[in-house]
Amino acid sequence: MISPAAAYRNLLLFVLPALAVYLVFAVLPLATSIVMSFFQTSGASGDTFVGFANYVRLFTHPTISARFWNALLNNMQYFAIHLIVEVPMGLLLAALLTSGKLARSEGIYRTLLFIPATLSVVIVGFVWRLIINPLWGLVGFPLLGTESTALTTISLMSVWQYFGIPMVFLYSALLAVPNELVEAANIDGAGGWTTFWKIKFPLIAPQFGLIAILTYIWTFNGFDLVFALNGSAPGPNYSTDILGTYFYRTFFGSSGQLADLDLGSAVATVIFLTVLLVTAAYFWLIQRRLKSYSV
Amino acid sequence: MSAPDLTIPAARRRQDREPWTMERIIVHALLILFVLLAIGPVLIVIINSLKTTPAIFGGPFDLPTAKTFSLEGYRRVFTRGNFIVNYRNSLIVTVTTIGLTVVLSTLAAFALVEYRVRLASLLGGLFVLGIMLPIRLGTIPLIQMMLAWRLMDTLAALILVYTAMSIPIAVTLMVTYFRTVPTDLKEAARMDGASELRTFWIVLPLVRPGLAAVAALTMLPVWNDLWFPLILAPSRQNQTVTLGVQQFVGQFMNDYPALLAALTLGAVPLVLLFTLFSRQFISGLSKGYSK
Repeated sequence: MISPAAAYRNLLLFVLPALAVYLVFAVLPLATSIVMSFFQTSGASGDTFVGFANYVRLFTHPTISARFWNALLNNMQYFAIHLIVEVPMGLLLAALLTSGKLARSEGIYRTLLFIPATLSVVIVGFVWRLIINPLWGLVGFPLLGTESTALTTISLMSVWQYFGIPMVFLYSALLAVPNELVEAANIDGAGGWTTFWKIKFPLIAPQFGLIAILTYIWTFNGFDLVFALNGSAPGPNYSTDILGTYFYRTFFGSSGQLADLDLGSAVATVIFLTVLLVTAAYFWLIQRRLKSYSV
Repeated sequence: MSAPDLTIPAARRRQDREPWTMERIIVHALLILFVLLAIGPVLIVIINSLKTTPAIFGGPFDLPTAKTFSLEGYRRVFTRGNFIVNYRNSLIVTVTTIGLTVVLSTLAAFALVEYRVRLASLLGGLFVLGIMLPIRLGTIPLIQMMLAWRLMDTLAALILVYTAMSIPIAVTLMVTYFRTVPTDLKEAARMDGASELRTFWIVLPLVRPGLAAVAALTMLPVWNDLWFPLILAPSRQNQTVTLGVQQFVGQFMNDYPALLAALTLGAVPLVLLFTLFSRQFISGLSKGYSK
């Protein structure tokens, strides 16, 4: 046996390299961002503590706040579309893959269906813009050029790219469902549909909840696809602006907007809290109860 | 051809001989539909990258014929674009990140499982929390750090950030693998007077599937990321493939054969790698995030 003192020493020696990189390049920047949001760092007199002034500006300045609320609402819609299309689509495909009707073709389907998730957003954006091009594509209507349809269109492109993630996630959860339970249900005369909803789904409910909350976190970190398609001031008329592109503009600047690191830090903090509060609430209120059903 | 495939369990072989019931046909039909939806757009890009411009617009869904086949797009990508450099950068960044992540997280996970002191569970929890941490939100201080350390616009900046981003999920995943290693083996090693590092080496082969899962899981977000290359390594000589293709698309808006060739070249390596490592990726994804 190892003495407690030696255990502590060994633990620290082994963990330290990973911990240091993680703390310095992930935790520290985020913490610094939160601290910075209470300061004015660009002034001539060095850093000045300004309390909530950056937040007041973010929430009350006419154009800054209008754009912020717009990006937040758009981001909610972006998430909602992923939640109601991508996650159920992943569940459906996972259910089909594990339906026991496929034999050897299961792996082939799984691999082919996952291909979009391995593509970069540049390809996804380009190929879909090509397909829905109003001049000679499949749709004779400018889906991306119209304010009311642009965000939904981009969201669905993203759904097309990422449905493989909830699919394989729920697929492996379904594979872990004990076969005896399914066979018992079959002997009792339950069909595929009944077996799925009465036996399999309740057992994978925790994973279903988890992929829903991960989708929330990932969509509120969204940026790449919107930027690849529409740049950092995503139009038409900011109708596809989400928090990621809004945040990018505040610290990077754009036409008609100067880079503002302090405001950017406040934006980062607000996004962080938006993600943190919902995630914490989810784990506190829902995930614990789901766990109690699992075996 | 004659040797029977022994890896497929008897239950599955039985399925193959099952009659084509209605239910079975519906399952296959739905999956085929979704497969077409998934790979159709990708095939459109690849097919059209091999055609002349008039043929792309004349019949975007036609296969290239002897008349319309052309590799001009690929030639122009290599002469006008920066592809060799882009590829080199992406390879350096991705491979180094994977290497660092695998080494650091394996060491950490071994210790978190091995030394069951109070601090270990605290540290383990800190890593689990990191899985949820939106690292992009720390971008402003990261820029300032990289400027202060003269790492701005270098591949090293990307590697450090990506390693930090990958460590939480990698550690959490490796912990689940180390938990399966029998204690007897480690105790036997220690009885023989092996040092802790030596014990780690002895155990390492047992968690090899975990190493592959970490590598597969780390590769995808790093190779395809657009945010950090754009901000931390934007100059021409440091661009990764994803950023390079993005800029190429912006510059050569009307040169469709070249654009499609660039997109194909950007996508193919990862699609191939994932076809090979999909099993590892799936087990990594499900075990890592199911904590």
